[in-house]
This record gives sequence, structure tokens and C-alpha cells, in this order.
Amino acid sequence: MRKGKLGGGNPPPAVNGTVADGTATDGPAVNGPAANGPTVADAAVNGTSAKARAATGQVGPVPAVLVPLLRRARRIGRESGLRRRLSVLRSPAAIRIAVIRLLKGLQWQWRSSLQLRVVSTTLVVSAVAISLLGFFLMQQIAANLLGTAEARALTQASDGLVFAQNQPGVAQLPGPSSENMATGIVHSLQSGGQTGADYGVAISVLRDLVPPATWNYAYSSFDVHALPPSVVQTSSSRTKPPTMIFASMPYPQQGSPKTSGLLYAAPFGSDYELYYFFPLDQLQNELYLVQRTLALVGLALVFLLAGIAWMVTRWVVVPVARAARGAQLLSTGKLDERLAVRGQDEVAALASSFNEMAASLQEKMRELEELSQVQRQFVSDVSHELRTPLTTITMAADLLFESRNQMDQSAARSAELLQSQLGRFESLLADLLEISRYDANAATLEAELVDICDVVRQSADVAQHLAERRGARIEFRLPAEPCLAEMDRRRVERILRNLLCNAVEHGEGRDVVVTSAADRDAVAVAVRDFGVGLAPGEEHLVFDRFWRADPARARTTGGTGLGLAIALEDARLHGGWLEAWGEPSRGSVFRLTLPRETGAELLGSPLPLMPDHADFGSLAADPAADVPGPADYGSHEPGQERA
Amino acid sequence: MKGRVLVVDDDAALAEMLGIVLRGEGFEPTFVADGDRALEAFRETRPDLILLDLMLPGMDGIDVCRQIRAESGVPIVMLTAKSDTVDVVLGLESGADDFIVKPFQAKVLIARVRARLRRTDDPAPEMLSIGDVSIDVAGHSVRRDGEVINLTPLEFDLLVALARKPRQVFTREVLLEQVWGYRHAADTRLVNVHVQRLRAKIERDPERPEIVVTVRGVGYKAGPG
Repeated sequence: MRKGKLGGGNPPPAVNGTVADGTATDGPAVNGPAANGPTVADAAVNGTSAKARAATGQVGPVPAVLVPLLRRARRIGRESGLRRRLSVLRSPAAIRIAVIRLLKGLQWQWRSSLQLRVVSTTLVVSAVAISLLGFFLMQQIAANLLGTAEARALTQASDGLVFAQNQPGVAQLPGPSSENMATGIVHSLQSGGQTGADYGVAISVLRDLVPPATWNYAYSSFDVHALPPSVVQTSSSRTKPPTMIFASMPYPQQGSPKTSGLLYAAPFGSDYELYYFFPLDQLQNELYLVQRTLALVGLALVFLLAGIAWMVTRWVVVPVARAARGAQLLSTGKLDERLAVRGQDEVAALASSFNEMAASLQEKMRELEELSQVQRQFVSDVSHELRTPLTTITMAADLLFESRNQMDQSAARSAELLQSQLGRFESLLADLLEISRYDANAATLEAELVDICDVVRQSADVAQHLAERRGARIEFRLPAEPCLAEMDRRRVERILRNLLCNAVEHGEGRDVVVTSAADRDAVAVAVRDFGVGLAPGEEHLVFDRFWRADPARARTTGGTGLGLAIALEDARLHGGWLEAWGEPSRGSVFRLTLPRETGAELLGSPLPLMPDHADFGSLAADPAADVPGPADYGSHEPGQERA
Repeated sequence: MKGRVLVVDDDAALAEMLGIVLRGEGFEPTFVADGDRALEAFRETRPDLILLDLMLPGMDGIDVCRQIRAESGVPIVMLTAKSDTVDVVLGLESGADDFIVKPFQAKVLIARVRARLRRTDDPAPEMLSIGDVSIDVAGHSVRRDGEVINLTPLEFDLLVALARKPRQVFTREVLLEQVWGYRHAADTRLVNVHVQRLRAKIERDPERPEIVVTVRGVGYKAGPG
């Protein structure tokens, strides 16, 4: 309900109070923008113009032209953040899952695509660089424009001040005639400026002299009620030098939206003050235009750079990807794969050296295949050539052995030795042939679905005889339900027979425990003995060919020394594991783990390799208990062991 | 139990040794060292069993086996130096009843030969049937819809063993013991190959057997369901 121009007549008396209130409440609002963006505004103004500052004495906190923009950006940011938070709250689980999936996909893309990495890095780096550049450029332009505007405003205002000071009657104290004088000055100042210049002029009596004055302000075009209190002067500060600050005022008239501009305040005469307001909206508009242009150019530049990066990486990445695909095909056995060689650049060099590599690989493979073929044939020939005469010898020895009672003592003993050593020779030959079959990669798997518990029982017969002779027992701990898995029965039987015979042989007459178990992916058999055990490190050596724990014992116990090596190869052929555990004088464990489906990767075994620690706990406490009884082993639940 | 055995082997020493062992056990061995003359010798001597070496000069053992099988169900036991599955299966598929991998012991050879010759001389009259196949055990004949199916003695034994206890599942080991006479676990490839051969003869569609059915992970059984 504030009345507009004072130039038109006396304001209603009620205005007095309103004026004071208005200035008081509007003050902080005017300073607001400057406080909101102090760093930007200060930075923008610091570089403005030393000249202007020197002339005016001080330039207050600057509401930079960028501030409204900044404020808008911040508001948008706040709103979108809020909206996101709201939408997450609407269905949190679904959105979280979607976001996680998206992030994982992006992460995978990021890791798998060099091009994506290069392009996005270029995008980010150039965006940062260009926005920094644009920012400084913008600042420079703004400072220059502002400096010019300030200088022009200062000249205008100073001229006005001189004009006002030279008016007759200004040296007298304000009285009833002062209002007309002030209005006259304002009018002549308002119209006497340069053509096209847009500014407002006002004159006031110093604040603390009212009342009894009948008027406060004479003004032409802007709302003097909105003057910031810092510029409104009192009689005590009348010696203050002229001031120019940035301010935001309703302009061009009272009630208009606020406009940023330069506010000039200078005392003159006895108790008057002259105000000039130079709106900067024109300047601001210009700056916005420059800003928009800069932003568009910068954005275009960023995308151009990203596009260039995309093209360049494409030139490099596409041939590399082609080479990678070629190498992949090569590794899957497609040895005829070659790359097209175009031109003579580095990419062509890559392609041609890849082709050379493929060719030499192919050649080597062919040689190896031939070699393997030759070796296989050799093994087969040796096998046949050796076996036929050996058969005759074996049968002859059998015959001699049968009739040894009719010979004299030394001939009879010779027949016995011949018979027994022939057996050894035969098994050695069989093992050698088997291992050379593995070396020639000629071993094939005849997998069928079998219950491993059946195989365990079946393969125990030889070991049973051996155990009986040594006064030991073989204890079976087999689950009631079948442990089915795809396996080559003959090979698994051979493995188990070997493990069982070894266990009985090295068990020093103590019992042997066979445990089997199955889980979702694998079946396992563990053979535990309580004999001499293995020294540290021997759990790997036992699988070496012709390795013997104790060379002195070698000649007394049978076996070819190839048994475990073959067993290991047999297990590997299934994609399974054969592992050993042992401690001196505490016995040993050999565990066979086979995947339920041949070729499936094993992740763990249904049986533990090491016996329960409880075994050792009791052992350590009671040294008299030399060896744990078989009952101690396997008394725990077969746990899930992951290797 | 007298039995005439034809030994087809090119290795003179082994053939002689086989002769000594066979004679010692009361068999009557005759010899031929050449694949090409093996069929001729078989027709002349009409042996009760043939011991056939796989590697022969002239026609090789597989072909000899196929030709003899084409005209007779006489038991054939192969002697082979190769224990690789491919070789063994090839030999069995060509019609051999059993195989022995060299080197073997005399008593193993004799046991196998005896097992193949062991046939109850006068089986009790007995009629069996699985599906639409009927078996006359005493008459040693198999019919489907009145049509006679020719089976070798071994295939016949295998079918009878299964048919006597329909719906019972036989493991390969049990079949090896009952049909082949193996005491201890031996090569189950024997069973697989012979079941295939049997199916090829008696099943309407060997790909979808209805008479000799596989029980996955266990073995075989007779009859549908």
C-alpha cells in the first residue's frame, strides 16, 4: 500500500512508519544474493576494476551476475535429489535391485570395453577442462563489462553530484521549500543524462532529521524505500565519502520485480543525500547470451572431442578386437584362423605377426600330433611285440611251476622264482604301458553312471586277502544311499585297488578305514591307514613315478612304483582329485574326489582330507596312545571342505 | 569234457605253448597260423571253440571273426595284446564272445575256455517269454511272432539269464559271473557290447529297447516297465 513517486506530491503521513519498516525488512533481502554466493560474487568482483574501487572508495559485497543462475541451478539440484529420494522410497527394493543391476552392467561394460573407457575419460576430462576454461573466460568478460559500466556510472553520478551541489539553496537546512528544490534537481538530473542511459535518481534528507521535515525522499524512478540501510546516511555520518555498491532493487518503478544494479549514494549540501541507481539488467542479459554461447560451444567441443576419441579408438580397437577374436578361435583349436592384412601400419604388422604366429603354432601342433601318433603307435607295437612272447613265457613258467615237485631242489626253486618274478614283470610292463599311454595322450574315458560304493566293495577283494594275511581288517564306512557319479569303472577300480593295497601294505598290520560320501556335485572316497604315515612334503612326492618312501623297503614290498602315478592320472582324466595327507607314525589318508558329471569343475570334496583334529588332541594329551584307533577317524560328520 | 579247440595264431611259440596247455587239460587243439586259411580250417575241423589272435598275417582277426560268426555261433575267444577300449569293443562287436588280454596265465585261459564250453547237456524243458519274445530253453531257440531269431549260444545264455528273473535288475558284475563264468570282477565292456548285439537281434527298435532294458547306474533287466 506504499505510494509511488514522491515527486508527484506529499506522501501520506502514514508512510513514515512504513518507510522505516520497509527499509528494515528489505535490507537483508537485498543483501541476500551476495550472501548466497559469496565466493563466486567475490571472485567476480575482485577482478572488477581497481579504478572504480579507488574512485568510489569502496565497492561492497557484489551480487554477481552469475548468482541468479547459480541459485536456479542449486534449486534444480535440490528438487531432482528430492524427487529421486521420493521415488526410491516408493518401491525401495525393486529400485535398489534395478540400480545394482544397472551398475553391475555398467561396471562390466567399463571393464570389458577399452573404447568406452577412452571415450568416457575423454568426455569427462574435456568437459572439466572446457568448463574451467569457460568459467575463467566468463569471469574475465563479466569483470570487463562490469568495470566499464561502473566507470560510466561513476562519471554520470559524479557529474550529477557536482550539479546538485551547485544548486542554490542546498546549503540551507532542509525546510518546507526543500522538497520542491529536490524534485527540481531530480528532474533535471534524470533528464540531463546521456540519451539512452537508463538510471534512476533520488534525493533524501538525512534520516535522523525527520521529523520535523515533511518529506523524506524525492525520487524519480526507483523505490527508495528499498534502499539498503548501509547506504542510508545519518547526520553523524554526513562526512562520509560517496559510495557505490551493488544492490538489488525494484526497478524501473515501485512494485516492479527486483533488478540488480549499481547504487550510488553521496551526501551534498547541508543535509541532503543524492542517490543514483544504474540497473545492470542489460549487462546481465548480454552476459547470459555470452554464457549461453560459451556453454553451447563448450558442449559441442566436448562432444566433438569424445567423437574424435571414439573414432581414433575405433581405428585401433577394432583391429585389436579382431586379433583377439582370432586368437580366441586359435586357442579353441581352429588353427586355420588368419587375419586380413591391410596396409603397412602397426595394425597390419600386428595382423601379419599374428598370422605368422598362427602358422608356426599350426606347424608345431602338427609336429606334436605326428609325434604323439608315432609314440602311440610305438606303444601299441611294443605292447604287442612284448606281450606275445611274454604270454608264452608266462604259460611255460606256469607249467614248470605246476610240475616243480618232480624237479630237484634248485630247479624247483628256480621255477618258483621264475613264476613270482614274471608276475612282477607283467605288472611292471602293464603299468609302463599304461603310463606311456597317458604320456601319449592316448587315454580315453569310458564314463558310465556308477555307484562308487559298489566300486569300493568290488575293488577291495585283493586288499582283503592281503589284510587277512597281515591280521588286519578293512573297515567300510559307506553311506546307505548310492553315491552315483559318472566314471570309468575300470580306472576307478584300479585307483581304489591301488589305494587299498597301499594302505594295507603300509598300515603295519593295523586296520584300514574306507569312507565314502557324496554331495550335490561330487563323490569321494577316503582311505585311511594308521601306519608309518608320510613325512612333511611327501604327500606330493608319493605321486611321483618310482618314488619310494624308504629305499630299503622297496625290495620287500611289491608294487611297481607306478601305481599312484597312474592313479593320479586316472583321477585327472575324470577331472577329479587324488590327494594325500600324512604325518609320521600317525598314518595317512588318500582321498579320491570325482565330479558327479565328468568334465564338471570340482569345487570341493564331500570328505575332509585331514582327519578330525580331535584325533590329535587326544594324541597330544596321552603320548601312550601311540596310534589312534580306527574308531577315532570318521566319527565326525563328513564336513564340507573347500579347497 | 572233451573239446576241440581251433587255435588261430601266427606266433609259433605261443601256438605250441597253447597246444601244450590245452592238451594238458584234455582238449584237442588244431592250429592254423594264417588269417586267410582260418575259415577253411574252421569248416574242416568244426571245433567246439576258437582261440583267435587279433593280429594275424593275411586277413586280420576281426575279419576272421566276422566271417566265422556269419556262418556259426561257435564260441570265439579272442587273444589280444591291446586292452584299449577301441580295440576290445571292435573285437567284441565283430562277434567274439570273450577276450583275454596278453599276457595271461594258463589257468585263466583254461577257465575262460571251460566257461565257454560249459553248457548243461540236457536242460530241463522250459519255456520263457519277455514281451513278445518266447524262449525255448531246451530247444535252444528264440521266436518272435513264430519267427525264429538266430542267437549265438552266448547271446542265448544272456537272454535266458535275464528272462528267468523278469523285472529283477542284474548288475554287469552278476551277469559276468552268470553268463561268462567270471569269479572276480572283470571287464564290464563285455556285457555292454553283448547287450547291444543281443538288442540288435531281438528288439523291434534297438534304439528304444523293450526287452532288455537299461537301468541307469545299475545294470540291465528283462521286460518292459
